[in-house]
Amino acid sequence: MAIEVRGVSKRFGDFVALEDVSIEVADGALTALLGPSGSGKSTLLRIIAGLETPDSGEVVIDEHDVTGSPARSRGVGFVFQHYAPFKHMTVHDNVAFGLSVRKRPKEEIRGRVEELLALVRLDGLAGRYPSQLSGGQLQRMALARALAVQPRVLLLDEPFGALDAQVRAELREWLRKLHEEIHVTTIFVTHDQEEAMEVAEQIVVMNKGRIEQAGAPRELYESPANEFVMSFIGPVNRLGDAFVRPHDIQILAEDDGTGTEALVERVVHLGFEVRVELKLPDGREIWAQVTREEAQQLELSQGQILSVRLPAPRVFAS
Amino acid sequence: MSSSPAGAISLSPAPGSRISGRGPAQDAAVRSRSARRRQLSVRAIALGYLALLLLAPVAMIFYRTFEGGLSPVWNAVSAPNAQHAFWLSIEIVAIAVPLNTIFGIGMALLLERGRFWGKSALGLLIDLPFAISPVVVGLSLVLVYGKTGWLGDWLAEQGIQVIFSVPGMVIATAVVSLPFVVRETMPVLRELGTDAEQAAETLGASAWQAFWRVTLPGIRWGVVYGVVLTTARALGEFGAVSIVSGRIEGQTQTLPLYVQDRFENFDITGAYTAAVVLALLALATLLAMNLLTRRAHRGTAL
Repeated sequence: MAIEVRGVSKRFGDFVALEDVSIEVADGALTALLGPSGSGKSTLLRIIAGLETPDSGEVVIDEHDVTGSPARSRGVGFVFQHYAPFKHMTVHDNVAFGLSVRKRPKEEIRGRVEELLALVRLDGLAGRYPSQLSGGQLQRMALARALAVQPRVLLLDEPFGALDAQVRAELREWLRKLHEEIHVTTIFVTHDQEEAMEVAEQIVVMNKGRIEQAGAPRELYESPANEFVMSFIGPVNRLGDAFVRPHDIQILAEDDGTGTEALVERVVHLGFEVRVELKLPDGREIWAQVTREEAQQLELSQGQILSVRLPAPRVFAS
Repeated sequence: MSSSPAGAISLSPAPGSRISGRGPAQDAAVRSRSARRRQLSVRAIALGYLALLLLAPVAMIFYRTFEGGLSPVWNAVSAPNAQHAFWLSIEIVAIAVPLNTIFGIGMALLLERGRFWGKSALGLLIDLPFAISPVVVGLSLVLVYGKTGWLGDWLAEQGIQVIFSVPGMVIATAVVSLPFVVRETMPVLRELGTDAEQAAETLGASAWQAFWRVTLPGIRWGVVYGVVLTTARALGEFGAVSIVSGRIEGQTQTLPLYVQDRFENFDITGAYTAAVVLALLALATLLAMNLLTRRAHRGTAL
């Protein structure tokens, strides 16, 4: 295991940030810590990096217990949410920082920085200052800076949080490719389930300082361990204590007696996907997800009454 | 005290603040005229105030100094006591300003980053030299370091004379100019935040390396501004130094004390000349900061 966290707890005053948290991250894996704000995911990341000290528990990196070691000797690369650029240094000097505090020869530093800037596609911008870069460029500079010291693990705190939607999508894709290329064990923090599903190989779902479930994205989606994971990962309809995925609701072309009556309240076209908002006879509101073609075949329109078949709902013991 | 390192007050109207006379032309024209009149009167008041309080007196001193030609000025400048006063002032500034700079940065870090009991009391204590009259500072130093003072006996045994000599004058100067670096550094330190330092730490920097390479460059303009204010205040200090020094001619007389001494002895040219030298030193300090700031801004495109 590249990273093991065992029974870590952390409080800030009265606030319990983490309570008896344990995770394992395999060598070379790309893992997401996913959860709403205040779930403790950033605190966990900072504890792994050595920027916070846990009240109890252990952090093990590459079989070494690093719980008591300072951040600088842990061999972690950390990318901050707002990139934390050294504003008075050029892009080159930012990326070179880790090597220059290690007193590496100038020639070696120059070569390595060039290599890294090419890797993050910032070649040609070495002489710029952080104030002259866009958000996406700053993000990539911060990544190159963290990678320069050849960290054993790479930690990213909300790496795409401060970027606009298009740059976000591009960087996600790019981060995944980069990971395939350099294969450094990586953990990133996000509150966006779509981002976690798209980028990560393993997702750790956190809530209120505890881990709800850890596993591959598909596993979490198909067999969520509890209500929280079910409703946090993927869209969901809530029917009392039960949960139904919108794409599991079948709209029947003809009423064959097996379905339930439903009133179409609204049809929203989202491109390939169509969202059908329905009202059941008992007044409950749900929505179903169908493809554009299905919607066309069914000739869906507002105010229409049709027949739907609900799948066996999932119920979690509370 | 201004908290902005840029310092200067802009008297010109903000771009676009003038209302153009389009559309209901008359109405707009009236509005624009009254707006312009208001701007002009604000400018006139500000400039008039500055002229009466600052520009006219300084200009008068320059005028009076050079009224009788250059040779009396030259004589006044080359008088041995004048020379001594000049170099003594420089010496005191050269010791007190670095002391306050190091102390000020450390104290700013402590007040801004530290979490300890009595922090706000310490913050108040730092501002005390601004509130207390310099004369009182001088007297209280005599009470501690003077011959009959609290530490007087012990200091005498060690053969150290503080009061009526340079060490006491340095202490007095340091005390009255103590708050500047602390107060100018704290806001920039807050703005800098701790992310960059933590980034340096994860990249392998020691606390010392992080301070020199990341923190200090990040707060340098606050520090520079604090140093300039400290220097200006230290150069001009009169009250506290006057009491602590004993005002011994040719020995413990700084430039401001020398100005006073010449004035009391009806040597008007001597007094004005020394005053002009003081004013030029202050101007040089401000100019140096201005040049430094401008060059830095060009360099890093802030």
